[in-house]
Amino acid sequence: MRSEERDVLNEFRQGSVDAFESLFHQHQRAIFGWILRIVRNSATAEDLAVETFWRIYRAHARFEPSRGFEGWARRIATHAALDWLRTRRFEEELPGDIPAPGVADAAVSAEIRLKTAQAFGRLPPKLRIAATLAVVEDRPHKEVAEALGISVVAVRLRVFRALRLLRKDLEQQGITP
Amino acid sequence: MNAHDEKRMKQLLQQALPPVGADCEPVHDLWPALRRRLDAGSIRAPWYDWALLAGIGVLTVCFPASIPLLLYYL
Repeated sequence: MRSEERDVLNEFRQGSVDAFESLFHQHQRAIFGWILRIVRNSATAEDLAVETFWRIYRAHARFEPSRGFEGWARRIATHAALDWLRTRRFEEELPGDIPAPGVADAAVSAEIRLKTAQAFGRLPPKLRIAATLAVVEDRPHKEVAEALGISVVAVRLRVFRALRLLRKDLEQQGITP
Repeated sequence: MNAHDEKRMKQLLQQALPPVGADCEPVHDLWPALRRRLDAGSIRAPWYDWALLAGIGVLTVCFPASIPLLLYYL
């Protein structure tokens, strides 16, 4: 870590708004992108990015510069997104403004894709967020574990439970995946 | 659910929900909204919070016996 970066992090820890602004401009894109991956809606991701940085600023005294800023910020962003998912019914979340897949499997009809997305929206937020990051976004389990504040084994378990519940839901609708 | 089923479910999920990817950025500049929130946050405590705090302070000074009761309800 360069000395200027270390100075900015230390100043932020002391509560400097200028240092916070510098960190905000440096990391806002990454944090916005991370939240967008979870909530899949640009306007919501913008609101949650603001909420995340607000939480970050309020928690400045608990920040440990030696641990780095981005991982800590990502963890706060993940919890802000999780809080948002918990307050929303799944119907409100669909459809997002994320583009449809470019290459779709011909064997999987549009109806099955829609029902899968809807069933996924009905999963408990904790399972959904793990599966979204690890399966849909294909992020490394270690990164997901750090963002959620759980172990890699717990991530694998949540993903497995999410997929099993999803399969059960689809089977109840007469869809055999 | 075996490994094959798990793989199939992952493929189905990826078909249903395409990844967002890394190349995305906010449409709006988020700093002004955050700045407004920071400014509002510094004067956020409403008057009745201070009145309540003052009331509790007076209560504990006048009736020290109420301290254990207050601590119980905290």
